Amino acid sequence: MSRIQSVFSALKANHKKALIPYITAGDPHPNHTVAILHTLVKNGADMIELGIPFSDPMADGPVIQRASERALVHKVGLSKVLQMVKEFRQTDTQTPIILMGYANPIEAMGADKFTQAAKDAGVDGVLTVDYPPEECKEFIASLRAAGMDSIFLLSPTSDVARVDLIVNQASGFLYYVSLKGVTGAANMDVAQVKARVAEIRSKTNLPIGVGFGVKDAATAKLVAEFADAIVVGSRMVVTIENSTEENLMHNISQLMQELRLAIDA
Amino acid sequence: MQDVNNQSLSNQDQQKKPYDMPDARGHFGQFGGIFVAETLVEALEELRVMYEKYRHDPQFLAEYAYDLKHFVGRPSPIYHAERWSNKVGGAQIYLKREDLNHTGAHKINNTIGQALLAKRMGKPRVIAETGAGQHGVATATIAARLGLECVVYMGSEDVKRQAPNVFRMKLLGATVVPVESGSKTLKDALNEAMRDWVTNISNTFYIIGTVAGPHPYPMMVRDFQAVIGIESKQQMQEMIGRQPDAVVACVGGGSNAMGIFYPYIDVPNVRLVGVEAAGHGMETGMHAAPLTANSPIGVLHGNRTYLMQDADGNITETHSISAGLDYPGVGPEHAWLKDIKRAEYVAVTDDEAMAAFHSLCRTEGIIPALESSHALAYAEKMAKTMLKDEVILVNLSGRGDKDINTVAKLANITL
Repeated sequence: MSRIQSVFSALKANHKKALIPYITAGDPHPNHTVAILHTLVKNGADMIELGIPFSDPMADGPVIQRASERALVHKVGLSKVLQMVKEFRQTDTQTPIILMGYANPIEAMGADKFTQAAKDAGVDGVLTVDYPPEECKEFIASLRAAGMDSIFLLSPTSDVARVDLIVNQASGFLYYVSLKGVTGAANMDVAQVKARVAEIRSKTNLPIGVGFGVKDAATAKLVAEFADAIVVGSRMVVTIENSTEENLMHNISQLMQELRLAIDA
Repeated sequence: MQDVNNQSLSNQDQQKKPYDMPDARGHFGQFGGIFVAETLVEALEELRVMYEKYRHDPQFLAEYAYDLKHFVGRPSPIYHAERWSNKVGGAQIYLKREDLNHTGAHKINNTIGQALLAKRMGKPRVIAETGAGQHGVATATIAARLGLECVVYMGSEDVKRQAPNVFRMKLLGATVVPVESGSKTLKDALNEAMRDWVTNISNTFYIIGTVAGPHPYPMMVRDFQAVIGIESKQQMQEMIGRQPDAVVACVGGGSNAMGIFYPYIDVPNVRLVGVEAAGHGMETGMHAAPLTANSPIGVLHGNRTYLMQDADGNITETHSISAGLDYPGVGPEHAWLKDIKRAEYVAVTDDEAMAAFHSLCRTEGIIPALESSHALAYAEKMAKTMLKDEVILVNLSGRGDKDINTVAKLANITL
């Protein structure tokens, strides 16, 4: 059983939902990233999505794009991101780390080299935003062979045939994009998301996470009623953006505690 | 001249059957494809289905042809630049006058096609990205004519460099959104337009201006631009009784080049030469010539192609005097034509393009766009090595009125 699967099983046994914060590696500064990861875990993260900085993050809104830009000022590329995961793993062997990013940095490293390096670093899953399942069959197979999960997005516009295609290629969990738009866009229509998640659930036993529009604890609470995992990205990154070096860890802890409380309620 | 026989020998398989690219998912060999977030997949599928439905529909094609004739002023003439050819010394240079189109460049051929498709699909709003502003103007123009709402994304650096085109778009009723992210140029405008599209997918048609992006864009834009090459074949036959020895066009994303190359791919013994922007010089790294530089293959803006990037796979900044060529990638079909050796790709510097610009102005009374001046500069080099009865056809993709501020600034002249 993969680390991601174990976490979901344990949560299910306790009737709890997964809280998955997203941060961009190297934001606000590469020296902080590993400490932020530990802070997230200490304050209730069940898994972490770690963004690979990219110069052209087309599916992200301005908030996460700025995070990439801040990280790229310090030349945080994929190999540095993997080093950070390795360092995190020295003291945390339990919390799954999912890398989220775009195809080009992975292709620049070479898919095989990346798979090996990610496995060695202790990565559990990979979500490549601009790799639809049709374009990455070999990549999924090699991730799977190395014991890593391939996470895919499902969107409000994905039709039935596509949902079938994607649930058959995915492992770990499915990531439902709660709105039409980029990360951190407008408010989500919770009822609509709920109906869609139910539809997807009828086709798969994989856990279903919801993200792209979870702006606050109140939304997180509503989504936790029907989803297996709540992904909080832009809200987390805004908090990092608005913090000083002094209050960074404090602000992150506070947001995490609010979210944890809301989804456990 | 390169040995044409060797070329065709190495491509025997390619040349046995008619050229038929891309495949059903938009692949040109390893290039092209559909590399987008899941949120865009359905929209692209809808577009692909509609385009398949209309690309051979007689009524759609008739409407398109009517606009090309009566609104754009096609066919654009081919002109024998005799005085310039004599000055250069060597081959005869002919110019395909896309600069004479309504709005002053080839871009309108494509925007009309896509806007007519948008109408058919019931989308009341069109968006576009633009670098130099030519594609933005061409989109705003057809949007005005068809009564569509129009939003154009343009890097804030380009907004500053291309003020007259920004004003033209506004006159035509378009909203111009300056993009402040990344390098604040064409690639960032494209990112921003994609973000708009994914958010407003139900009522919005994204009119991409070049032969890049996810399938079906590279194919569709090529098809709409192919009118350039189709006319050229007929016109050259009428004018000189044969086809040219070489066809030369500038390549940024590559739409004007693809448009004139495509109908020539299966015509033997016609060299196809794409001219990229070498900027300050290939050796300086400050250029926009991924094919000439043999840049690594990567994924950007929905397709796989040759891409200027650093070791971490981040896209690097490009340089060219011409905003329309200032793009780190290149259409996937050009990447394919390079690999199968059906087309050759070369680059000329800012300075070489400027020299050709002035030379054509003074000798022929034609002010070419800085983009097209790259093709002219290379044609000049080639012509010198060729015989007087050999013929080069250059795609003069746009007129240079939009560039007068840039040119004046280089000469330290305040207008």
